[in-house]
Amino acid sequence: MVAREGTTVNEILRTEGLTKEYGKKVAVSDVSISVNEGDVIGIMGPSGSGKSTFFRLINMLEPPTKGTVVLDGKEISTSDSDVHMTRRKMALVLQKPAAMNRSVFNNIAFGLQLRGIEDEEVERRVTDYLGRLGLAESKERNARSLSGGEMQRMCFARSVIVEPKLILLDEFTANLDPQNISILENAVRDFVKRGDAAAMIITHNPFQAKRLCDRSVLMMDGEFIEQGETSKIFSSPSDERTKAFVSGEMVF
Amino acid sequence: MVDVITYDVVQVTILSLYVSGSATILGALIGVPLGAAIGLKEFGGKGLLKTITYTMYGFPPVISGLFIYYVFSRAGPLGDFGILFTPTAMILAQTLLVIPLVAGVTISSVSEVDRNIKNTVLSLGASDRQATFTVIKEAWVGVITAVMIGFGRAIAEVGAAYMVGGNIEGKTRVLTTAIMLETRMGHFEYAIGLGVVLLIVACGVFLFMRWLQERELL
Repeated sequence: MVAREGTTVNEILRTEGLTKEYGKKVAVSDVSISVNEGDVIGIMGPSGSGKSTFFRLINMLEPPTKGTVVLDGKEISTSDSDVHMTRRKMALVLQKPAAMNRSVFNNIAFGLQLRGIEDEEVERRVTDYLGRLGLAESKERNARSLSGGEMQRMCFARSVIVEPKLILLDEFTANLDPQNISILENAVRDFVKRGDAAAMIITHNPFQAKRLCDRSVLMMDGEFIEQGETSKIFSSPSDERTKAFVSGEMVF
Repeated sequence: MVDVITYDVVQVTILSLYVSGSATILGALIGVPLGAAIGLKEFGGKGLLKTITYTMYGFPPVISGLFIYYVFSRAGPLGDFGILFTPTAMILAQTLLVIPLVAGVTISSVSEVDRNIKNTVLSLGASDRQATFTVIKEAWVGVITAVMIGFGRAIAEVGAAYMVGGNIEGKTRVLTTAIMLETRMGHFEYAIGLGVVLLIVACGVFLFMRWLQERELL
């Protein structure tokens, strides 16, 4: 529990000094962040700055070299025997969407079935999400035959349907048309509106960060070089590198 | 004209199917999980283990036969089982030949499954075992191919079957050892005829497995 502006909100995630080295290369360097319920946090930075690695460390897909991850008040580690139960509190939507060779319905139902939820309830919830993300007509199609936008929407549905506390979205709207982007961004807002969940979003698009994220960080060479309210990062960056990145990205 | 075959060709064919079929099932039960583990886990010496597996594709059937012969011979470590010159010994010798093929093709198949699938499945809360099982399912066509190749090797080999089986009429005579016998005796027509039976059996098994696959029963 942390106090913020006089009110009490629950902290969902905290990382402290999180570091990942591959040999001599430092992918993530001494990264600390605190994420509360209701937060939508943008992670920006050039390609190769360690953003995706940071997500994999949080999601326990890789052990950190140093540092800790605290989820829902409990320190977690990849060596925990119940690490897969820990992962069930979060969901990672990968940059490159991966469809299992089965129907859209069965892809989205996967996480629910893992949790042993009974068929009727699975049917009800999947149908609900198919509708919300405009996939109702593709229900029986093989997921591999979906278009890029449909695929991203399916992956999003597949991850949020299990109602995680924290969702990690890695460039989840890259290369999509405005309509698809709008559907997905609204779905993120709906997800966070639940009240007890948070989202972290890796994005290259500063406008998206401005639209969705209250707070943002800028990552460069594995470090957080800027952290604060999204609008302030753009209006008054404190670091020279931030200025360069922001102006470069804003031009495109 | 040569003498009529005195043994029962149908019985020989059934024994061939029984021995090689059992070896394939055993080999798949060991080879598929082994291949999946090698293909999906990261560990030291992985490259070496893969190389060994691929090298074993060329493992000579007589060496496999020799190994089983030694282990189960009277004086061998497991001689008390008394299975030498029985179909069981033949199954074991052929299983040794099937395992590396099934494991090797399974390694390639699971390696080709998008790495993101495993991460996605893990991220959705699967345990390591569930994630591995899902990846094997994604690689299913490759895994079935692996098993078919394994069966092809087992049904076609003669060295191991002959060495540990002994080509005993009515007991351990299979199609390949029968062909050898007929050829030696100069009964080329019979040898060729048995060869055709062997090809038909192999073809029938493959068609049956494809039929199962197309109906998603496999």
